[in-house]
Amino acid sequence: MREFDYRRADDVSGAVALLDADPDARYLGGGTNLVDLMKNGVERPARLVDVRGLPLDRIEPADGGGLRIGATVTNSDLAAHPGIRGDYPALAQAVLAGASGQLRNMATVGGNLLQRTRCGYFTDVTKPCNKRAPGSGCPALEGEHHNHAILGASDHCVAVHPSDMGVALTAFDAVVAYETADGPGELPLADFYLPVGDTPHRETALPPGALITHVTLPPAPVAARSRYRKVRERASYAFAIGSVAAALDIGGGVVRQSRLAFGAVASRPWRAHAAERVLNGAPATAEYFAAAADAELAAARPLPDNGYKVTLMRNLVVAVLSELAEETAR
Amino acid sequence: MTTATTGVTPITGAVGTAHTRVEGRAKVTGAARYAGEIPFAELAHGWLALSTVSRGRILSVETGPVLAMPGVLTVLHHGNAPRLDTDYIGMLGVPPDPTAAVFQNDRVPHAGWPVALVVAETPEQAREAAEALVVTYEREPHDIELTAGRPDAHPVDGHMPGMTEKGDIEAELAASAHVVDEEYTTPEEHHAMMEPHAATALWDGGRLEVVDSNQGTTWVADELTRMFSLDPSAVRVRSEHIGGGFGSKGVRAHQVSAVMAATVLQRPVRVVLTRRQMFSLTGYRSPTAQRVRLGAGTDGRLRALDHRSVNQTSTVWEFVEPSAGVARVMYDADAHRTSNEVVRLDVPSPTWMRGPGEAPGSFALEAALDELAERCGIDPIELRLRNEPERGPVSGLPFAGRNLAACFREGARRFGWAGRDPRPGTRREGRWLLGTGTAAASFPAGALPSTASVTAEADGTHTVRIAAADIGTGARTALTLVAADALGVATDRVRVRIGDSDFGPAGIAGGSMGTRSWAWAITAAARELRDRLVPGGTIPPEGVTVRSDTTAALGALAQKERHSFGAQFAEVAVDVTTGEVRVRRMLGIFAAGRIVNPLTARGQLVGGMTWGISMALHEEAVRDRASGGLYGPDLAGYHVAGHADVPEIEADWVDDPDPEDPVGIKGIGEVGIVGAAAAVANAVWHATGVRHRNLPIRPDRVLRAQGGARV
Amino acid sequence: MAPSTSSSVTLNINGEKHTLSVDHRTTLLDALRERLDLTGTKKGCDHGQCGACTVLVDGRRTVSCLQLAVASDEREITTVEGLADGDRLHPVQQAFLDLDGFQCGYCTPGQICSAIAVIEEHAAGWPSAVTEDVRPEAGPPPLTPEEIRERMSGNLCRCSAYVQIVQAVARAADENRTETEETAA
Repeated sequence: MREFDYRRADDVSGAVALLDADPDARYLGGGTNLVDLMKNGVERPARLVDVRGLPLDRIEPADGGGLRIGATVTNSDLAAHPGIRGDYPALAQAVLAGASGQLRNMATVGGNLLQRTRCGYFTDVTKPCNKRAPGSGCPALEGEHHNHAILGASDHCVAVHPSDMGVALTAFDAVVAYETADGPGELPLADFYLPVGDTPHRETALPPGALITHVTLPPAPVAARSRYRKVRERASYAFAIGSVAAALDIGGGVVRQSRLAFGAVASRPWRAHAAERVLNGAPATAEYFAAAADAELAAARPLPDNGYKVTLMRNLVVAVLSELAEETAR
Repeated sequence: MTTATTGVTPITGAVGTAHTRVEGRAKVTGAARYAGEIPFAELAHGWLALSTVSRGRILSVETGPVLAMPGVLTVLHHGNAPRLDTDYIGMLGVPPDPTAAVFQNDRVPHAGWPVALVVAETPEQAREAAEALVVTYEREPHDIELTAGRPDAHPVDGHMPGMTEKGDIEAELAASAHVVDEEYTTPEEHHAMMEPHAATALWDGGRLEVVDSNQGTTWVADELTRMFSLDPSAVRVRSEHIGGGFGSKGVRAHQVSAVMAATVLQRPVRVVLTRRQMFSLTGYRSPTAQRVRLGAGTDGRLRALDHRSVNQTSTVWEFVEPSAGVARVMYDADAHRTSNEVVRLDVPSPTWMRGPGEAPGSFALEAALDELAERCGIDPIELRLRNEPERGPVSGLPFAGRNLAACFREGARRFGWAGRDPRPGTRREGRWLLGTGTAAASFPAGALPSTASVTAEADGTHTVRIAAADIGTGARTALTLVAADALGVATDRVRVRIGDSDFGPAGIAGGSMGTRSWAWAITAAARELRDRLVPGGTIPPEGVTVRSDTTAALGALAQKERHSFGAQFAEVAVDVTTGEVRVRRMLGIFAAGRIVNPLTARGQLVGGMTWGISMALHEEAVRDRASGGLYGPDLAGYHVAGHADVPEIEADWVDDPDPEDPVGIKGIGEVGIVGAAAAVANAVWHATGVRHRNLPIRPDRVLRAQGGARV
Repeated sequence: MAPSTSSSVTLNINGEKHTLSVDHRTTLLDALRERLDLTGTKKGCDHGQCGACTVLVDGRRTVSCLQLAVASDEREITTVEGLADGDRLHPVQQAFLDLDGFQCGYCTPGQICSAIAVIEEHAAGWPSAVTEDVRPEAGPPPLTPEEIRERMSGNLCRCSAYVQIVQAVARAADENRTETEETAA
């Protein structure tokens, strides 16, 4: 780890100014990902701007309904918040499914969205990786990739985004608010992550130096009946190999509205629009749930060792939607 | 001051009674200091730099820029490091692993090979400098592919013969009513003890002192003495608290490089390995490719048993994982063949890891037995009981106790085995398919020559000194109970001091032999001390000390098949639509000699069984073909079982004292893992109807094996 | 302000203030172990992947290996050394000792700090990943062994004393509940 300057920001504009002054600077939130990457030599910032002390640690009602979540709210506080647990239960479940109690106490909402992939090639500076060292190659394509992407990847990078929280936020149309030296801005989560293409090192549409200040959850009555299911290689304290955030509003046996997003299948939390189109207006039966999953997974391009994810995601979608349908019927 | 010796009326019953750990309070309050935690004035910090290529030659080590970095004191590498003597056979009967004998030449035999040590004033400075150090290499193509079919696989004698053979396997197989012929694989597995390897070395008044975390202080002292060509009396190794070992904490690059740096700088130097460095420098269990062929008559009695195991080793050190050895103990057959074979690859050196041979070998053999039971239509326990040998199947020697049948009977009763429907895939609870499985376990019971001293102090207490190692086994506590009984005093009158090579030669904490070896020596010394003390007599201020040495007593033991045994039971739940496998409960019943401390013994056995869950479902180090290094070598990439994976696990034992051991001990450190993974895998078959012959049973493998099961 | 690579920080550890100059690269874990001789907090992986370094920061369990010391200025830190009341062990420590919730002892300080927080988090009504219904109206889940296992899952124990650790946490939680009820009554 190289030596670095450290500054604690007192307010948002001060934080942005401190970062703007140094192109090698990074914001420090909980540090659970950044400090880890610094120890591995993946990140070598010259300055850290500590934003944990900023007054962005509240969850408040948003104008026009929904909730406005400060960027430095910890995962723990988000998952414990009664408004989140009551109105967006899948979000609370997703957060609780991630990492450990200790890490959730440290990690922040803003940092969660910006965390980097856990691909073992990316985190190991002795190996090539187009995301870390553009142009060096992607060894995962012909190497270890059983937990890599099946959707939206390219032959430059097949890494997956590790967030659980982001999957639920994506399902619920969250909007990211940020601040830059030129003023504030907003990005719907749907537009927040860039396609992989041939630039896997460019991950988000945030302008340079932008500081995430809030994440807004719009009102979504459908989210009240929602679930997050995560499959991983040990029962807890592991990243997903596949996950689903789903919400269903069923009336008279027919899906009135649905939300569906996948985790651990793409370079970003994956909103399953094609599946939702099949679901909306369709009978709430396993047959249609499967058809919806198939519609989304038709675009899957698995590698030799991760084809199981197509089956896994299909089965997870059917299982989670069926559970929600049963819950409605009760 | 002199005091009257207390009466020697035996206060019996310490052995066999639950006792909390004597160092427990220090451990729960954080007061217990481990190797990297003992302060030294003027301490310098060393950081290893490892090779980034998998095979080749070091062309240059660019020390100039690094020496100019803040705080850097020296950079040691093959061009300037002290020369070592590696031409010897150590205490364990093997030459030193060149991975530990660092910086002796320019060859790079595997990824993550130590190429330099950077020493600086602070750990932060040392780390940055080691990471900044530029080393150039001449790369050569590497070969890391282990397959059973490799023509260069060759049998190797380790601590047992490479091959054994009797009878005509092919003829007996041909004549068998039921045949199993399958391949089983286990992956590269790592010890992953919680405390990373750490050592501080310093010269103090002409003596080399090493504060280390190891499984045997006299072992490590002996190796350092030989490598650095020192006088044995000039080396002292201490290791008071050890944060787990499991076979990995022997002589490693950290001690050797720390001694080199302390010698060059003439100040204390500490070297602590990072978690990633541990994955290439501290040994591991080799992957195995095993083929088991079983042939049986209609009654299930074995006519043929053929077990072949192939493992990898490095190009610089030969290590055989004797997985086929377990068949030499467990089952006899008219034709019986076993072989342990090795392939040399451009990979780090493997080593002993909890249950070496038995752990992977029992997975293959006990899974094959389960397959045979299915084919014969015989209950898996009944099949095993029908194949109980009278004598060692290969050695022909009598067993010094073989209470396996008692374990199965007691286990079956407590697990509720009776009435089990043998048909697979028939029990469901919600999304989970349920199944149960069983397997047998065994592990050799041995002892290593050891010396101990016991002192009757003037204040009426007793001090035991022995170079034992408590790596979490509870040895310190067990030895306290043993000493108390042998001395005929209460446990609070006994102080057991361990972990110091100055206490004299002693066996290592390994091979399930530690507590037995040390208890033997302590018992001998304590008995002699009791004989020597006159009741009512006086003890001089310096106390009365008796030393013992068990070398002769152990040498006089008759040749027998000496083993612990056990019966493992597991119930699992499998969601075949997601591939998730959860162990719901486990039970192990063991015949493992006299149990010294039931509280800590239970922890040992349950811990071993938990390793079996971990081996069955989680553990797998994946080697990257292109680079030759590991993919994700850390505790996020290498999964060991965590809290959420481990259900209620019960371990218990049947009465099984070893009559030839002074305390009746056999050893319990390893038998708990043996057969445990097979019991889980057999339960997965019972739940799903699918055999998993390749560990770990990961969700993707379950999904693939189910042929893409759909809901 | 010119860039600097070290700063003076005040760490309030176990009720005692320590002011020291730290290299910005120094983690809270290394500051405790290497600078303040508080070696009870252990370094298992140094990457947030094992939980051995768990301490309480402002009352919340934290992996001190990913927390920079400089970012801990003026925070209240409790380590394993600060749990016992003189000779009287904390109930969680006592339960670990009595029920043999450890073997080598290296993960133990982290397990114990984590367990103390688990009991508090549960008492505060926090759900977990295995809580069937996370909605506030469902009320707090009972602290079953399954809940304890999930909540403790960030603390690895390679000796695998998990079974005994869960028993110890359950016992300590019961004692805590009884004490709270008695205080309330």
